[in-house]
Amino acid sequence: MTTKRLAALSGARDILPLVIGTTPFAIIFGTLAVSAGLPPLAAMALSIFVFAGSAQFIAINLLSGGAALPVIWLTTFVINLRHALYSATLQPVARDWPLPWRALTAFWLTDECFAVFERRLQTAGETNALPYYIGSALFFYTNWVCWTAIGALLGNQIPGLAALGLDFAMIATFAAMVAPQLKTSTPVCVAIAAGSVAWFAHALPYKLGLILAAMIGVLVGVILDFRRQRLSAASVVEAE
Amino acid sequence: MMSNTLWAAILGMFAVTFLIRASFLVFGQRLRFPPAVVQSLAHVPVAVLTAIVVPEAIAPGGQLQLSLANPYLIGTLVAGLIAWKTGRTLTAVMLSFIVFGVMRGLF
Repeated sequence: MTTKRLAALSGARDILPLVIGTTPFAIIFGTLAVSAGLPPLAAMALSIFVFAGSAQFIAINLLSGGAALPVIWLTTFVINLRHALYSATLQPVARDWPLPWRALTAFWLTDECFAVFERRLQTAGETNALPYYIGSALFFYTNWVCWTAIGALLGNQIPGLAALGLDFAMIATFAAMVAPQLKTSTPVCVAIAAGSVAWFAHALPYKLGLILAAMIGVLVGVILDFRRQRLSAASVVEAE
Repeated sequence: MMSNTLWAAILGMFAVTFLIRASFLVFGQRLRFPPAVVQSLAHVPVAVLTAIVVPEAIAPGGQLQLSLANPYLIGTLVAGLIAWKTGRTLTAVMLSFIVFGVMRGLF
């Protein structure tokens, strides 16, 4: 076996825990999308083309709630903007890769694929980095798409699933993703601000309340960061 | 069948997501992020996710229901608390699902 193939295989092996961990979410996504009234083809298209877990879950909510197209796109933009940081991190590594491979790398640049690749770069350096990434990302992507299809099939076959409260799966997942970050005062204030605005603005049309709440939450975070920096700068001056 | 609007929504989401991910990888070093943008990005996940969760948890179906008998509210709190304590997302979701299911059966 060539070293390139070995690298691809070890990529697939390293991402296996994340493949297993995200499989339930792929199934829930497919089922939930269909139960919310989206055609199974739309659930598949979201996993095949967009391939971004949290944005896909929110899209169910927005698409079935009659959100306007710009709101859907803007929400996707805000939620996925962090991926630009991953893109910037990988830029020096991928500089000499041919354009089609760089584009494919970008297409698969999820939190999970980035996390596994980043660890590899730190432990093993850049040797066979591309085949390693392709091996891990291809495995992760194929698994996500396949289990979405199975979830969508389930949702289609068992029409009563929506009544079971599958919509709860999404908010439980989001709550579990946010909670561990609420350990210092700034994120707690961001959450309180975003949560209250979201409630008071929830009646706005086209789900505009969501964008408004997110923007005010981020603004609160920026203001608190700014204040802390000024306070620490001031205390440095005092100490001198 | 899928409507044109639905296709437009999904293809637009694809374009937005791909352009973000391709930004530096494909368009190279000409791009620079102002430090203020990088710093504010750190707050985006908490702000967006909380903004989605809160209305759905306290008012499932649009009707405010701040009570111990609201399975969405209790389930969300359970998921959040377990994840906050342990950092295990999947365990938190599974356990909160059980709580949610039991409450759905009870109330």
